[in-house]
Amino acid sequence: MDFKRFFGDTILTTKIESVVNWGRKYSLWPMPYGTACCAIEFMGTVSSQFDVSRFGAEVVRFSPRQSDLLLVMGTINYKQAPALKKIYEQMCEPKWVVAVGACAASGGFYNNYSVLQGIDEIIPVDVYVPGCPPRPEQILDAVMKIQAKIDYHA
Amino acid sequence: MLEVLKQKFGSAILDHHQNYGDETVVVDRASILEVMKFLKQNAACPFNLFLDLGGVDYPNRNPRFELVYHLYSLPRNRRIRIKTALPESDLKIRSVISVWESADWFEREAFDMFGIHFEGHPNLKRLLMWEGFQGHPLRKDYPIDKRQPIPVMADLV
Repeated sequence: MDFKRFFGDTILTTKIESVVNWGRKYSLWPMPYGTACCAIEFMGTVSSQFDVSRFGAEVVRFSPRQSDLLLVMGTINYKQAPALKKIYEQMCEPKWVVAVGACAASGGFYNNYSVLQGIDEIIPVDVYVPGCPPRPEQILDAVMKIQAKIDYHA
Repeated sequence: MLEVLKQKFGSAILDHHQNYGDETVVVDRASILEVMKFLKQNAACPFNLFLDLGGVDYPNRNPRFELVYHLYSLPRNRRIRIKTALPESDLKIRSVISVWESADWFEREAFDMFGIHFEGHPNLKRLLMWEGFQGHPLRKDYPIDKRQPIPVMADLV
């Protein structure tokens, strides 16, 4: 059947994954795992000045079961590493992880007996954000990179 | 206070000094509990607040380890610092929990970080590091880049 002739420009054709992922990327539900000053920057990111809701990611949930974007913001030490891993495992698929700040990404300047040298030792990370702490713009940039990644997989 | 302690405990007071009114006494570890009891219970200046207990590792000194107690007298607004040295071969000292209950976690921390044993402590286990951690990380000979296996979370139910 000739759709074009029959319906003109009133119908768009696409793939189901593309539509679903288009919805996902504009409705990320972040779960903040904040342990240090990076979490304070995230508060700024959510608030009106920077306003992460412009990217559809403003519904912050404090339950891993209700969220699909894990934001690890701050120093993670070995003792709490298993708790972070458990929280990651409790999140439903599909899920994404951002390591916000130098500590979560690499251990930062805490090169010692107690601090995990980057959360990628225990869970997979999609985007690393440098900075100590990063500017809110950098966290927004990480959200946009996650959105691009969701698009790419569609 | 220094003179009172010297008179009462004599040779157990190994050394003492005083800077800007800040008194420090070095006590033989065998008499630590008696000295502490006296400091808490004496009527003239009762040190009723246990502020801090810290360990120190001097690798080039003999005896190698040192404990530093910080006490404060709320009624007299006076502070005192008690130091005591511990040899590496016999890392033991009597617990002061019977004098100040708040010494509990400080002693556990010193045990965790330096491996100092406090005799008479009711629950002497690691405070900060996890079960299964090997060694004592604040000792100077603990390798700075040593990493230990990541602990596994116990079942929640």
